[in-house]
Amino acid sequence: MHVATSPAFKENAHRALEDAGLQKALARSGPSFVARRTAAVAALPEFEQLRDIARDIKNHTLAHLDFYLEEWEANVLKSGGKVHWCSTADEARAVVLEICRAANARTVTKGKSMISEELGINEHLERHGITPVETDLGEYIIQLRHEVPSHIIAPAFHLNREDWEESFRRSHTDLPADRVFRERRDILTEARARLREKFLAADVGITGANFLIAETGSSVIVTNEGNGDLTQTLPRVHIVLASIEKMVPTIEDCTSLLRVLARSATGQDFSVYTTFSTGARRPGDLDGPDEYHVVLVDNGRSAMLGTEFQEMLRCIRCAACLNHCPVYGAVGGHAYGWVYPGPMGSVLTPSLIGVNQAGHLPNASTFCGKCESVCPVRIPLPKLMRHWREREFERHLTPPVVRTNLALWAFFAKRPALYRLATRAAAWTLGMLGRKHGRFRKLPFASGWTEGRDLPAPEGDTFFARYAREQRAGRMR
Amino acid sequence: MLAAIRRGLRRGVLPNDQAAMLRGRLALHPRHLIPARSRLPHAEQVALFIANVEKEFGSVARVPDVDAVPEAVTTYLAGQNLPTDVVMAPHPELQGIPWSTRPLLRLREGRAEASDLVSLQHAFAAIAETGTLMLPSAPERPTTLNLLADTEIVVLRATRLVGAYEEAWDLLRAELGGMPRNVMLVTGPSRSADIEQTLELGAHGPRRLHVVLVDR
Repeated sequence: MHVATSPAFKENAHRALEDAGLQKALARSGPSFVARRTAAVAALPEFEQLRDIARDIKNHTLAHLDFYLEEWEANVLKSGGKVHWCSTADEARAVVLEICRAANARTVTKGKSMISEELGINEHLERHGITPVETDLGEYIIQLRHEVPSHIIAPAFHLNREDWEESFRRSHTDLPADRVFRERRDILTEARARLREKFLAADVGITGANFLIAETGSSVIVTNEGNGDLTQTLPRVHIVLASIEKMVPTIEDCTSLLRVLARSATGQDFSVYTTFSTGARRPGDLDGPDEYHVVLVDNGRSAMLGTEFQEMLRCIRCAACLNHCPVYGAVGGHAYGWVYPGPMGSVLTPSLIGVNQAGHLPNASTFCGKCESVCPVRIPLPKLMRHWREREFERHLTPPVVRTNLALWAFFAKRPALYRLATRAAAWTLGMLGRKHGRFRKLPFASGWTEGRDLPAPEGDTFFARYAREQRAGRMR
Repeated sequence: MLAAIRRGLRRGVLPNDQAAMLRGRLALHPRHLIPARSRLPHAEQVALFIANVEKEFGSVARVPDVDAVPEAVTTYLAGQNLPTDVVMAPHPELQGIPWSTRPLLRLREGRAEASDLVSLQHAFAAIAETGTLMLPSAPERPTTLNLLADTEIVVLRATRLVGAYEEAWDLLRAELGGMPRNVMLVTGPSRSADIEQTLELGAHGPRRLHVVLVDR
């Protein structure tokens, strides 16, 4: 399983800021995601209404999740599929291994799936002598490099072209060492040929699911490459890994969510392949898997229901919040230290691995609110991060220095007259001290601020004093 | 797991009346807001479909009737410098096309194999809203035809073109009675932006997607 380095977020972030390759990748790719989403949204006048609808569909489903899961299971069984209910990651890994063994599987192809990363499926299969092959181009190179994804829809977000060429030369040693990659297309073509062999040889195909549909018992995947479709069509056995919150009631509900998904994610109107799978091969079919299994995973999600974090279960994993986040844009995904980075990760990770492990993540935010403003299902991410800060404080996980300072601040904040007096005194003192340069390069107790930038010296009064003065002058009614 | 979910939702199993209401919603599968962009007269829907396919790097050839399909296919293959060996979906509508007018075209019916370079598929329906083809699996419409060949040619009758996804799903429910094993919604040829977030066509699926749109 993915060992969390989230407790070391600060160190991770420092390293990320000094990683020239990563910074190059972030500077290139971040703005393009934002621009593409903006253009796609501008081309659909109903987009804001569709976000409301998407939110409402997910809320309705979560409020009746037990009912819809049971309806869905009945329909999976009717279409010749099997459902494996797994409360924990351990159970899910064991079930996947069991299905692979029953199929005498030697190699397993995989479509891109974040739940697979969360469960640590690859490591588990490898330990038991089965070779998993990632087939999404980004996941493939990550696997070659023994890394983990740095972005939930663009796993190789942190890599540059040089990295791709170097990894391919190192891994595909049967090809001429002096071959030239003139364009990105040459890299793609080499991967396509390599993975085509894997698709044809695989005994089992594992995909994730963007949605599960109760009405029909279907699972839905959304891809651009077609790797997910080859993964689930060619091998004899298809395993779908899906967490419980992927549920939607009907095809129409799913369709409405699809209208906001691709636009929020890649800025496409629709992804190239949106595929609905329902059960195993039917009589007379010339292709498709003989077995269709869904491994339905809870792994901490049901515990979020009924809490202030229930809204997080609306997430459809589009990554708009990552793409628009100034923190993600500065440090990339690996700094977050677990499977889910960015704002959605800062809320979800403490829920799934504990706030004692991931407490830094909801603190690494300026609450600029950009994430909430682009979320297609309107998850109030800043509010949820604030809830984590409160829980962290309640559980005494916040460091003593922070607690003391917060207590000190609270003492003044609860006594307005004293607060005004103290801030006036501080503003005056700092203003006098900083009179000459207009800013401070170093200040006692404020090195956390001044290490990275100067603190501007106050130029006059406090906000309160000025407000009172202008009220008196009648300028601000 | 269901017990844990109900604990979180602070209730037991849903009362019968509520469950009946939700079953009613599943049976009715109500539509939500459908964007206005595809609510057009049919001729304009056709134009919107073509524009969207081309925007997504596919191509479209319009022909007046099925008799003109063989020529459209050979012209396209010649233009792209592609071989004339084609694996075709064993669909009655495709079988009914007068292929003998183009003896150079070598057709094989069945599913696609890895060695096939060109596939010929039958479209169940198409959606103007985003230039999307609806390709449900069936013995006469194998899924591998959408995936393994380098070039996929899809024959689509203009009468099967609708505005929004919801209309295509209604056709599917009415004509097929339920969900087939697999329904692919295909919008343009395969692509990837995983290398430096820059779009390249021809990832794992077809490098080219060509629609032969039959007016009558």
